[in-house]
Parts: sequence; structure tokens; C-alpha cells
Amino acid sequence: MTTLQPPAATGPRQAPPAARRDRRSWTGWGFIGPFVAVFALVFLAPIVYSIYLSLFRDQLIGGTTFVGLDNYQQAFQDERFWAALGRVTLFLCVQVPIMLGIALLAALALDSGRLYGKSFFRITIFLPYAVPAVVATLMWGFMYGTKYGLVGDINGAFGVTLPDPLSPDLVLASIGNIVTWEFVGYNMLIFYSALRVIPNSLYEAAEIDGAGQLRVITAIKLPAIRGALVIATIFSIIGSFQLFNEPNILRPLARNALTTDYTPNFYTYSLSFNGQQHNYSATVAIIMGLITMVIAYVVQLRGMRKGA
Amino acid sequence: MSTPLTTASPAAPAKVPGRGAPKLRTTRRRTAGKPRRSVLLTVLTSLIVLYTVVPLVWLVINATKTQTGLADSSGMWFADDFALWDNIRDTFTYHDGVFGRWLLNTLLYVVLGAGGATFLAVLGGYALAKFDFPGKRGVFATVIGAVAVPGTALAVPTFLMFSKMGLTDTPWAVIIPSLVSPFGLYLMWVFATEAIPTELLEAARIDGAGEARTFFTVALPLLAPGIVTVLLFTTVATWNNYFLPLIMLKDPDWYPLTLGLSAWNSQAETIGGEVIFNLVITGSLLTILPLIVAFLLLQKYWQSGLAAGSVKE
Amino acid sequence: MRRNTGRLLRGIALLSAVALGATACGGSDDDSTGEAVSASDVQAALEKGGTVTVWSWEPTLKSVAADFQKKYPKVKINLVSERSGDKHYTALSNAMSAEKGVPDVAQIEYFAVNQYALGKGLTDLASFGADKLADKYTPGPWNAVTQDKAVYGLPMDSGPMAMFYNKRIFDKYDIAVPATWDEYVDAARKLHKADPKVYIANDAGDAGFTTSMLWQAGSRPYKVDGTNVKIDFSDAKAKQYTDTWQKLIDEKLVAPVNGWTDEWYKGLGDGTIATLTTGAWMPANFVSGVPNAAGDWRAAPMPVWAKGDKSSAENGGSSLTLPALGKNKELAYAFVEYANSGEGVGTRVGEGAFPATKAELQSADFQSTKFEYLGGQEANKIFAESAANVASDWSYLPFQQYANSIFNDTVGKAYVSGTTLADGLKTWQDASVKYAEEQGFTVEK
Repeated sequence: MTTLQPPAATGPRQAPPAARRDRRSWTGWGFIGPFVAVFALVFLAPIVYSIYLSLFRDQLIGGTTFVGLDNYQQAFQDERFWAALGRVTLFLCVQVPIMLGIALLAALALDSGRLYGKSFFRITIFLPYAVPAVVATLMWGFMYGTKYGLVGDINGAFGVTLPDPLSPDLVLASIGNIVTWEFVGYNMLIFYSALRVIPNSLYEAAEIDGAGQLRVITAIKLPAIRGALVIATIFSIIGSFQLFNEPNILRPLARNALTTDYTPNFYTYSLSFNGQQHNYSATVAIIMGLITMVIAYVVQLRGMRKGA
Repeated sequence: MSTPLTTASPAAPAKVPGRGAPKLRTTRRRTAGKPRRSVLLTVLTSLIVLYTVVPLVWLVINATKTQTGLADSSGMWFADDFALWDNIRDTFTYHDGVFGRWLLNTLLYVVLGAGGATFLAVLGGYALAKFDFPGKRGVFATVIGAVAVPGTALAVPTFLMFSKMGLTDTPWAVIIPSLVSPFGLYLMWVFATEAIPTELLEAARIDGAGEARTFFTVALPLLAPGIVTVLLFTTVATWNNYFLPLIMLKDPDWYPLTLGLSAWNSQAETIGGEVIFNLVITGSLLTILPLIVAFLLLQKYWQSGLAAGSVKE
Repeated sequence: MRRNTGRLLRGIALLSAVALGATACGGSDDDSTGEAVSASDVQAALEKGGTVTVWSWEPTLKSVAADFQKKYPKVKINLVSERSGDKHYTALSNAMSAEKGVPDVAQIEYFAVNQYALGKGLTDLASFGADKLADKYTPGPWNAVTQDKAVYGLPMDSGPMAMFYNKRIFDKYDIAVPATWDEYVDAARKLHKADPKVYIANDAGDAGFTTSMLWQAGSRPYKVDGTNVKIDFSDAKAKQYTDTWQKLIDEKLVAPVNGWTDEWYKGLGDGTIATLTTGAWMPANFVSGVPNAAGDWRAAPMPVWAKGDKSSAENGGSSLTLPALGKNKELAYAFVEYANSGEGVGTRVGEGAFPATKAELQSADFQSTKFEYLGGQEANKIFAESAANVASDWSYLPFQQYANSIFNDTVGKAYVSGTTLADGLKTWQDASVKYAEEQGFTVEK
């Protein structure tokens, strides 16, 4: 099944004869070289530069000084950073399961063959992925309006007073809703495609055993798409920890609720772009990257071990 | 989260090493005949569709309104005058037709950026899937690790580097970063592992074909569905690219659509600026349309590509 | 010119060059304190020709640039206008950090001039003789672009404050137009009682508005002397403002709508936001953003703190500056001078800009202009009067962009929770002081 490390899983098949070892090493790089070169330029070099920056401190008055690991020490004691991390962790624990859950249900529904107008559903649910975040937020900003928006219309039509989706208590959920809206279809398609290529023989076997729909799902479908679930989860974790676009674009509508340190990524942005604290911003980004990597690695390890 | 898999899978797909690529792209096979359609399930799924569609309906409805109509009417219904065609014309003629220029820029970025990203991902995925080379194990781990570092903090360092190389304020500042698609690399890796039987490559080599020739004549055709998939993902990513162009481009003549629309939108926030929410909304609709059309046209390939990309027996 | 609200303030100061540890911002010092440039030097440059790159989102500059090119055919003005506010400052600071692609002329709002001047990022225009233009401008804007003897830009426009009110609504509920802030609170109560959907104003926390209100009240929270700063929101004048405004917040008499949003434009249009106290540049935005309320609105003097008092303040407005790293200084100055002091001013006023120059403000033509949108009112009389009554001793922090960016993190709490406005200001003060100290400023306690 799909894993993050497909070659490991298929190792035996392609383990080549030792006689061609030297040619292998060079040709492989010939093919992956261009990707690695561009990747090094646009990802690695700025990261290395940022690590370098994180060892300095800059001041508007006084210039730059080398401070060693002081910035890291400061970050570990920075309540704003940890509060932001707590917020995205909460987001991760609530939004990601909901989003992947809906995506999985939709994928299973499509795959069941029991839907009328399947291709209509498939394409429609996927559509929001094509909408740029700038446009998406414009639309949701309207929907959330308690005066002129959809919420306002509902209040007016039913004589109720729904809470303001952009109030400090609810704004995280409102952002979660936008993110869910944008990515349900994307994840659904990844799951759906994984479901579609489950070998037929498995279903036949299940039929002989007289397994019901639910049993087929839990015993065949879900295990078969575990790899897709793991990769979707990992990309969702990275996405949650880097939450930035939606709060950033919604901010004009909810300035008091969406503080400049609302998410770790928003905090690094504010440090860098409002406060000119590029060095400290780089430090926070590096720490955030390390945390994200560790968690993604743990998830992969757990997901894969169960599959083994 | 997302670990609903509590039992070691008794039904784990059997290893069928002989099964080659072509079969992967065959579609559905349910022996038990067509299952009965379910109204209930259709209705439940329609709820999800409703959720995805309502904001888009808002966009379409409001694209038919004038600036006055926007202010006067309820968001979820049409205003008195239907101004969609006027809005479309105005969108394309406002500021000497700069919208058209942005559209062309976006196309350029998509062709070179998304096209290049796909090409690099295909090459890289092929290498990861079919070659053994030193440092191979580290490549993808490094990619995931680098992706995990928040990009906003890297924007300024990247800008300074690009500036030193003389790349800022040129299309290259947008295209070069678009050339890297980690998810595309992953997809091509999985896909190439499955879709290209190693025996086929061996055979070509025995026939004396060079590596490049083997790749182009043997591997590439087999990878076609996967390429379409990656191309669509990278196209969406490039089409919607916003933050990096914002930092890299100073000359509005090189703006992509997203930046341009955002600039129009912020005119409403400037003193003396002309408020053109109607053109922003119409422009947004026009920005999404080409992508939707591309989805519809390519969805067949794209799904089979995705499918093979996720499968592993 | 863009309002100096909190949302606009995400630029990076030019000192990022230093900050990034790449290079010190050397090389610029010589340019910015250069020898005096005579008028004949400028004239010679104009005849020789060249290109001037101008970053400004001021819409009226388009005509000015065209006129200027007509007058000096060898000069080309390359006007880049798509970026405003935060995006503009980000691009400007990035270019300054990279020491590449810096424009020859850059628009900078008044609140941010100090910040860019501090790092020697701007050319001192006194060397071109700009210091002799002091008497041409109203005191508020001129004060904002000067430091001691240095002149860091020429004022492009100004925002003397006035109160715009929806006459239709006030008439409908038979409520008198308030002249003092106490009357304003009364009017707010009456309006909201008469129709619970109507609010006297929108306010969801706006740094630019709050600092302007403090300015008018006579509070001077910021004292700046080079790298010495003092930040103190606890004086009696500030308390006067917070006490009054707290009533409006506590009694929910201000609509929790953020300025410049779609919702805001709609509220201004349908009468649910009944007044707007802001800069005199607002009519142009009314015309384009709230076309459906034409004829409803009127201008009135900004309410004052005591009857008979006439104090006013500035809100918004910007200047054109010459970044130190820009090229073609003579041509650039010639253009700035033309646009903001010479013939360009008339063109720009004709297109709806609100001038910062005394001559235009006092001209009969200007004062008798009838605003069709405001029901034919000769509103410029009110605005000009306001401009004359702006106290000139206000100053912004040399890191006002940052301070404004955290306004809603701190003072904003007063709008969404039990925190009081006064406590919010104290938190803002503390956060600003902390930043100042981290950045190496000497903070006077």
C-alpha cells in the first residue's frame, strides 16, 4: 500500500545486480538533479540563511550583534509563541479529523456506486480547491457578516440571533470552516482514487464470506488506503501548523480577534514584516519547522507500523 | 488522528509482483453487478455539495451587480439590473486593459512554472522509483523537512538572495520557486514505482538504449496519466500563487491575477481610491473559470493518474 | 494617500539591511546629506532628461505626471501605482534592504515619515531648498515631514478632521447635530433608541482614529527626540477621551464594523452608520464607494471637548519623498516640487485631492466649491477651518508602523471583552515601550 517510502516497500523488486552499481549512482542523480538543484535554491538556501540569521540580533538603534543561541532561549520562554502553537494544535486536533472525516465519507459514498450523478458530485466537491484563497476569503467574509451577510440574513429570516462567527470565541472555528471548505474535495479525491484501485479479488473474497458493507469498509477499504490517509494527514499537519493565509486575509474583518500572533506562522510574519525582527522571526520559524517535522515523522511511523 | 485502522489488515492486498502498469489504469470492476442507487446517500452527499457550492453561488450572483447594486441588494439574490456583461467588459478594459495582461502573465507562469515543476517532478520521481543512488534516502526526508519550515519567515531572506542574483521584478522570480512541487515529486515517485515495470527498462537497456532514450521512449508514455495529475495540481498551485509574487514583484506589469485582484480590492481602502468591488468580484469569477474548465476537460486522465498514484499492492 | 489605520502598517523599515546582517546601510549617507543643489542644477537636469520612477498610489498623480512630461518632454515619469499601504511599505523596505530597485520617489504617509527618516533612508530635501517652502504648508503636515532643520518630503495632501453625518437620519429622528463630544454621546443614545439598527458611528478599534482623537483632545502620548522616546497614555487629556468613548463602547452605541470593508461601505450607504469623523479627503471615497447615499451626507466641524474650543487634528495624508538610494535626484525633486508645491497642486485639487498648501486652502475658488454629493454644501470652508486649527506639536513614534500593528492586539481588547479603553491603552504603551527598548531606543519613564 502507499507509504511515504515506496522504494522501501518495493525494494526487492528493483534491487539491481551489484555489477551496475557505479552507473546507477550517476544516472539517478542525473534525473533527480534538476529538482534538487532548484529545491536547494528556493528552499534550502533560505533555510540555511535563516539559521545563520537566527544567531544574530538586530536593533533599529545599534545594528546587528552575534548572540549565539539567545534567540532560541527567548523563543522557548516566549508566551506569545507557545500560545500560538497551542492554538494551531487545537486547530489540528479538531479541524483535521473533521476535514479528513468528511472527505473520507464523501469518498466512500462516491466509491459505493450508490450515488445518483456521481461525476457531478465528484467535480463539485472538488471545485473549492480551485478558488484562490484571496477570493475564498472574500466570499466567506460575506457569508460571516452579521449585518449584511448570510448570517445576518438567517437572523433576519428566522428571528434568531446567531453568534458572530468572527468574535474571538468563534473565529478559530470560522477559519477551520474555510480551510475545511477549501480542502475537503482535494482530500476526498486522494482517498477516492485510492479506493478505486483496490483489486477486485478482495471484494470477491469478501462476498464469498458474506461480509456486509460496513465490514467491507473496515476490513478492506480502509486498510487498503492507509497510505493515502497517512500522506493526507501529514500534509494536513503541515498545513495546520503553517496556518496563515486565512487568518491573514480575514483579519480586516476581525482585527481584535485575530491578533498579530494568532498562529506561529502569523507571528513570524508579524515579527518580520511589522517589527523588522527578522532574526527572531527566523528563529521561531526554525523551531516551528523542527516541531512540525518531529510530529510528521511520528505520524508516519505510527501509520506505517500499523500497516506492516 | 486519522488512524481508524485498529486491526492489522487481514485483507491486505496480496503481493502480485507480476501485475504490470497497464492494468492499474483499468477502471472499475465490481463483479456483483451494479449496486442499487440510494436516494438517502445521494441526499446526504448533496449536503456536502451544498456546503461547497453556496459561496460559489454568492460569487456568481454578485458578479451580476453594479457597485450600486452591490450596496443596495441582499447578497444571496440578484439586484434589479443585470450587469454581468458590463462587468466583464469593464474588467477587461479598466486601467487600459491591465486585467488581460495579468491573465497572460498568469498563463505564462502556469506554462513555465507548472509545466517545469511537472517535468522536474517526473524526472525526480522516476529517479527515486527506478534508480539507486547515494543520498537517495535523504532526498525525500529533506524535502518534507524543508516544507515544514514556515514560508513567511523565509520570504525576506529569499527576496534578498534573489535580488542579489538580479531575479526580483522579473518573471523568473515567480517561475523558479514554482518549479518545486514536493507533493508532485511524491506522487510521481509512487506512480513511477507502480507504472513502469523494471523489466521493461532492463529490456530497453539490453537493447542498447541510453538512459535518456529509455526514459523518453519507454518510461514517459507509461507515466502519462500521472503527469496529467501532477500538472493539474501544480497548475492550481501556480494559478493561485500569491504570497511570493507579492514579495518578489514590484512592477504591476508582471503581476499574476491574484495580485492584481488584491490590488483592485485594496483600492477601496485608499484615500481617493476608486471602489470597484464589482470588478473584483467579476474578476474573481473570471479567474476561477479557466481552472474549472481545465478540471472538467482533464478529469478523466487526472483521475486515473491519481488512482495509480495512490495504489500500491 | 491612505489612511493611517492599523491595518496598513506592515511595512518593513529600511533598517532591515542592518537587521539582516547582510550589510550596514552604508553608501546612502553621502547622498542624503549632500551638498546644496541649486535651481540651475535642477533646470539643467530637466533639460538633459531621464526617467523618474515614482511609487505612489495617489490617483491624481496620473494627470500630474502627464502634464509634467508635456512640460519637460525629455523626462519620463514611470508611475507605479498598484501597491498601497502595507504592500507598498513592504516592497519599499525590501528594495532598500537589497539596495536594488529603490524608487526615485516614494509616497510615505505622515505617520511613517519619521521611521524612514530615522535610518537615513530618505534624502534631506533642504539641500534642494525645500526648507524655504515651510510657509506654504499647513502646520500639521509640515511638522510631520520635518525634523529639526531636515525636510524629508513634501506634503502631498492632508486630512484635517471633520464630522460627516447622515442628514437624512438625523432629520428623520429629529436629532440635533452634535458640536461637542458630550452632545455626541447623547445623540448616539437617542439614535440607537429611535432605531436599534442605527449607530452613531462604527468603531472596532483603529489606531489612526484613536491617535487622531488623542491629538485633538490635547494629549501628547509620544515624545521623540532622536533616539530618545517617551510613551505615556496616562495624561488627563487622554483620560477625557477614554472616559467619553468608554460610554459609547459600554452602551454598545458604536457599530462593531471595521473601516474600509464592504460592510462599512454598506453601512454608510443605508444609514445604519450615522456619522463618520475622519479626514477631509473622505468625499472622494463617498462618491465612489457609497454612490447610493448621494445627497444624504453633510460635513460639520469635528465635535470638540468644550464649547467654543476649535481644536482639530489630522487623520491620514501623505508626502512624496526621495529615498536615499534612488537615482536622478534632481529630476525626482523637480517632479515632487511640481506635484506638491507647483502647478500640480491645482490639477490634483481639481480632481478631488485635499491639499496641504495654504494658498489652495484659502483660495476663494476652493472654498466656494459646492459638493454635489454633500447636497451642494461648500464643505471646504469647514475643512480649511479645521486645517487651520490643527495643533502642530504632535509627533509619531519612529516605529509607528509597528506600534499601530499591535493596536488591535492590545487596545482592541476593549472592543471585544471587559477590558477598558484606558487599560487597553496602558497595555499598548507597555508593548510599545518593550519594543522600543529591544530596538535600542532610550525610553524615558
